[in-house]
Amino acid sequence: MKKFLQIGLFASLSSLAISAVAQTEIQWWHAMGGKNGELIQGMADKFNASQNKYKINPVFKGSYAETMTGAIAAFRAKQQPAIVQVYEVGTATMMYAKGAVYSVEKLMKDNNQPFDRGAFVPAVTSYYSTPEGELLSMPFNSSSPVLWYNKDALNKAGVTKVPTTWDEVGAAAKKLVDSGMKCGLSVGFQSWVLIENYSAWHNLPIGTLENGFGGLGTQLVFNNEHVKNRLATLAEWTKDKRFVYGGRAGASLPMFTNGECGMWINSSAYYGSIKSQAKFNFGQAMMPLDTSVAKAPQNSIIGGATLWVLQGRPAAEYAGVAEFLSFLISPEVQAPWAMESGYVPITKAASDLMQSQGFYANNPGTDTAVKELSLNPPTANSKGLRFGNFVQIRDVINEEMEAIWAGTKTADKAMNDAVDRGNKLLRRFEQSVQ
Amino acid sequence: MLKRSHFRPGLLPYLLVAPQIIITLVFFIWPALQALYESFYIQSAFGLGSTFVGLENFISLFEDPLYIESVWRTFLFSGLVAVLAMSLALTFAALADRVIRGALAYRTLLIWPYAIAPAVAGALWIFMFDPTLGIVSYTLDMFGIEWNQAVNGTQAMALVIMAAAWKQIAYNFLFFLAGMQAIPPSVYEAASIDGASPIRRFRDITLPLLAPTSFFLLVMNIVYAFFDTFGIIDAMTQGGPANATEILVYKVYQDGFVGLDLGGSAAQSVVLMFIVIALTVVQFRFIEKKVQYA
Repeated sequence: MKKFLQIGLFASLSSLAISAVAQTEIQWWHAMGGKNGELIQGMADKFNASQNKYKINPVFKGSYAETMTGAIAAFRAKQQPAIVQVYEVGTATMMYAKGAVYSVEKLMKDNNQPFDRGAFVPAVTSYYSTPEGELLSMPFNSSSPVLWYNKDALNKAGVTKVPTTWDEVGAAAKKLVDSGMKCGLSVGFQSWVLIENYSAWHNLPIGTLENGFGGLGTQLVFNNEHVKNRLATLAEWTKDKRFVYGGRAGASLPMFTNGECGMWINSSAYYGSIKSQAKFNFGQAMMPLDTSVAKAPQNSIIGGATLWVLQGRPAAEYAGVAEFLSFLISPEVQAPWAMESGYVPITKAASDLMQSQGFYANNPGTDTAVKELSLNPPTANSKGLRFGNFVQIRDVINEEMEAIWAGTKTADKAMNDAVDRGNKLLRRFEQSVQ
Repeated sequence: MLKRSHFRPGLLPYLLVAPQIIITLVFFIWPALQALYESFYIQSAFGLGSTFVGLENFISLFEDPLYIESVWRTFLFSGLVAVLAMSLALTFAALADRVIRGALAYRTLLIWPYAIAPAVAGALWIFMFDPTLGIVSYTLDMFGIEWNQAVNGTQAMALVIMAAAWKQIAYNFLFFLAGMQAIPPSVYEAASIDGASPIRRFRDITLPLLAPTSFFLLVMNIVYAFFDTFGIIDAMTQGGPANATEILVYKVYQDGFVGLDLGGSAAQSVVLMFIVIALTVVQFRFIEKKVQYA
């Protein structure tokens, strides 16, 4: 009996001892599989080894949509992680969830962490800030669409200059098809590339109230003649294979890497995939300019994701979260992340570090996305977009654009329909957050 | 006389059915009521606020021509999947039933697809038909048929029907084969002596005796096509191109779990539930009358 008591006492004492030095564990849910997932684990390991108060625990939760809906479901069940990675289309949903998110700028201030929003690339911060300029989520992995081109195919087709305007893209596509290629140009993430970025690039509004940054009650307006003309021209190009649609998201990647399409407009973050798959010389250039719309490009808008901090965790965790975010945005962490993942460096310091290490010189073209994003200070039309229900609106845009490519709707009708359907979804979103 | 119980009613019978009742309550009745409740609200994604909107979710559904299209599309899809999966399974079962040597190997091969997860089945088919990489689209191209399910809605629909039916053939096959093997050989022997040809025997003996099995399978296949094909669609077309393959259950998922429109999605699942209840009633009231249980 005495022995049992001793053991019991010993056990309870030792558990007390353990809890006294126990680290505060912080959950970080993310959507980075494969190589990028390993890089994220590496960041956490490095941070965990650098101190002993906190332990960051990254958890892979599947796709962006799965990660976000998973975190929301967890929040409703009061089991939310402290940090969650959310893609850019989920921004409005997160930002209007007052009481659920902890603005990172406030978090950093509350925990006395040095924080300078001016250290980031402006096109990145503008996307995630309140109208007053407060940064709500921590920029983490951003990218922008670029024109990928097959150097060998362009040479063979006799295109001597990489196209910089849509007219030149059309002419080059014609030559590529004439030289025997199955397709001149394809795109990925068509709403992001051909509507959202096309509009920002030419300083056209996507919706009213500064693309939704001015608050609720916004209307979509991307059914203007410029967007319609561009899509109608592309629809015209599908007839002789100058343009071939290859599916949603990144589904058309093999068409480019197999050498079927000579040009491809999609995220700069495909660098790694293209490098490992393409058996030809390739390059990346800035998105083409529509000379009938603007004389010079404005700036592109980002894709990718940021890290949102969720409310409702024990106070002790937030000090650790703030410390970890400081660590995460340091150039020593950001630069290797950008170099290995293909995402753009989100801070100027990280970009400078990459420059000084000779990354851009050794990998020509990899700075294209950064250049596009920082071409000019963002305007009301080019700082990004903040529409509620945007995940669904993007689906609507995808559907309507597919109807154009299949020839069942004109660009004019499809864009008007997309705007009508999108506006209904905006009104529904307003009802949900009131 | 037989209607009266021979046993004293006690607690035991209730206890014996209790697990089933509890499971039904927890996994069916409760979620169904929850869906009905949520269909009257528009809710914020985080559950921080919700507005009672009455029937608005339903009204906006039925005012949406795309939703009505989706309803008809779902009927077309389910009908074709059921017909294709059942007729092919019946053919295979009839053939396998006659095989004596290597029967087990044939059966095993035919049952395999059932063990594959819908998403994997979808990935498999989309790979074969990929406009760029696919072996089938490559072959079709040689015959001058241009295959691109990313642009052509009819082709996309054909593809998801094929993939969905293919996965269900195994299940149907098992039931048909078991049903055929339960038919006493003496019946066939008698028919043979009377001079009935194999086709005649199949039509006049096998088919009528398989009627209960076929009816059961019809119900199962419709339910399968309505609900279990979501993984296939998600892996293959995501409802596209231009809604061509967006069936009801996919729309529920897309709007509710991706778009986070919980009220709208709940209204859709309520509608879906009523459609399936109505279908089942029709099947049991009208089709079952033609079924003879031996």
